[in-house]
Amino acid sequence: MEPERTFSDYLRSFSEGASPLDFMLVYDHLDRFFYGALVTLELTFLALALGGLLAIPMAIARAYKTPFLNPAIWGFTYLFRGTPLLVQLYLIYYGLGQFETVRESFLWDPLLSSPWWCVLIAFVLNSSAYTTEFLRGAIETTPAGEIEAAKACGMSPFTRMRLVVLPSAFRRALPAYSNEVIFTIHGSAIASLVTVQDLLGAGRWLNGRYYLAYEGFVTAMVFYMVIVFIITRIFKLAEKRYLRHLRARDTTDAPALVSQP
Amino acid sequence: MDTVFEYREVIISGTLVTISLAILSLLLSILCGLAGAFLKMSQSRALQKVGNAYTTLIRSVPELVLMMLIFYGGQVALNNLGAATGLWDYIEINQFVAGVLTLGFIFGAYMAETFRGAILAIPKGQLEAAIAAGMSPYKVFTVVTWPQMVRYALPSFANNWLVLVKSTALVSVIGLHDLVWNAVAAGRSVQQLFSFMIAVLLIYLVITAISDVALRWVERRYSAGMVRG
Repeated sequence: MEPERTFSDYLRSFSEGASPLDFMLVYDHLDRFFYGALVTLELTFLALALGGLLAIPMAIARAYKTPFLNPAIWGFTYLFRGTPLLVQLYLIYYGLGQFETVRESFLWDPLLSSPWWCVLIAFVLNSSAYTTEFLRGAIETTPAGEIEAAKACGMSPFTRMRLVVLPSAFRRALPAYSNEVIFTIHGSAIASLVTVQDLLGAGRWLNGRYYLAYEGFVTAMVFYMVIVFIITRIFKLAEKRYLRHLRARDTTDAPALVSQP
Repeated sequence: MDTVFEYREVIISGTLVTISLAILSLLLSILCGLAGAFLKMSQSRALQKVGNAYTTLIRSVPELVLMMLIFYGGQVALNNLGAATGLWDYIEINQFVAGVLTLGFIFGAYMAETFRGAILAIPKGQLEAAIAAGMSPYKVFTVVTWPQMVRYALPSFANNWLVLVKSTALVSVIGLHDLVWNAVAAGRSVQQLFSFMIAVLLIYLVITAISDVALRWVERRYSAGMVRG
């Protein structure tokens, strides 16, 4: 008598034999992918948050053409926007060890010898360079009337910046920022090249361990797609809320409103 | 930096590989982009779906993941296909070809969006006027659509090109002996990775700066006769 096969046995043999992708194997190691996704999201979030904090003062200095600071920041953003993130990461992770002083400094042991911190430093610098530039554009396009009104109200330059210029600049920068978020997630995939176990790292681990060609990469790809999809959705909602004043007014039911008693 | 200069031959040959990789991928991406834009704007629902799937799918996944999938997975798929059909024996995909195909295919999706936006920006009346004047579809494209499409597409095209140039660095990961690969190899052998990476950064910076100037010149040429707002 043939032993009875359960549904999961059937699924497993189908997955190993007939299916082009061994999905049960992926299912068995799904925890690694979720953990990798967590690392990817963590790196992205920290890079954006810290990069954004650095970018705000730099963007203000650029927009108001502060002497000395403006050209220096321009040089910084040009360098980081004009070169590949991969090379920047290699420079920090592999390059800094060239110097004896760096290797013996207090920064070496907890920070610069760890791949995770090197990745984070490279991402923060890179993201702050991009954010600075589009934030500068948003600050420069503040309508003159808004600033005049703020001045007429007697606001100090600091209050003006805090209550008028920055809130409206952030709104205008929102669509560009959604691109920056997605590019940061895409860029974060290179963390796996310096042994950080992010999403792509999990995929490469699976492929290497079981000598596979697709499964790990396809799973990582699906995870990235889901993450990007969710983030795009969130930004759509945010734009709907914060850019409400820029949307074309919906006039389809306007006459009905007029005829109401 | 003296050591970097001693290794100049390796660096220069790597730079040439990087530049040719970027240019060939750009050409392929223009073809893929035009195809994608026409798919997305075609009358048939099914073709539109194919075009939309192409652009959204590719743009939501990191380049590096796609590159590894196409390079490692594509290799196996190609050989399985060859074994199944008996048409070819074992082939090994060359890293350069894999790089061009992957980058061209990926950036084609970005180009498709650029071109679609540019075509949509052309006033519809002009196309109608061209048809009413008795122009053939080919003539409409070459005389009316193309020159204006280039004008509208250029800013975003320039941006795509700069992103593409920077993405070529990723091809070093699948083992192509490009600028980054060569510099890392040379830097490792003399334990001076910092100097070598700085040299790579500077070379990339020069490439982007030159393309910046060149693209601005093209932009000026194609917007001749435009009224600046």
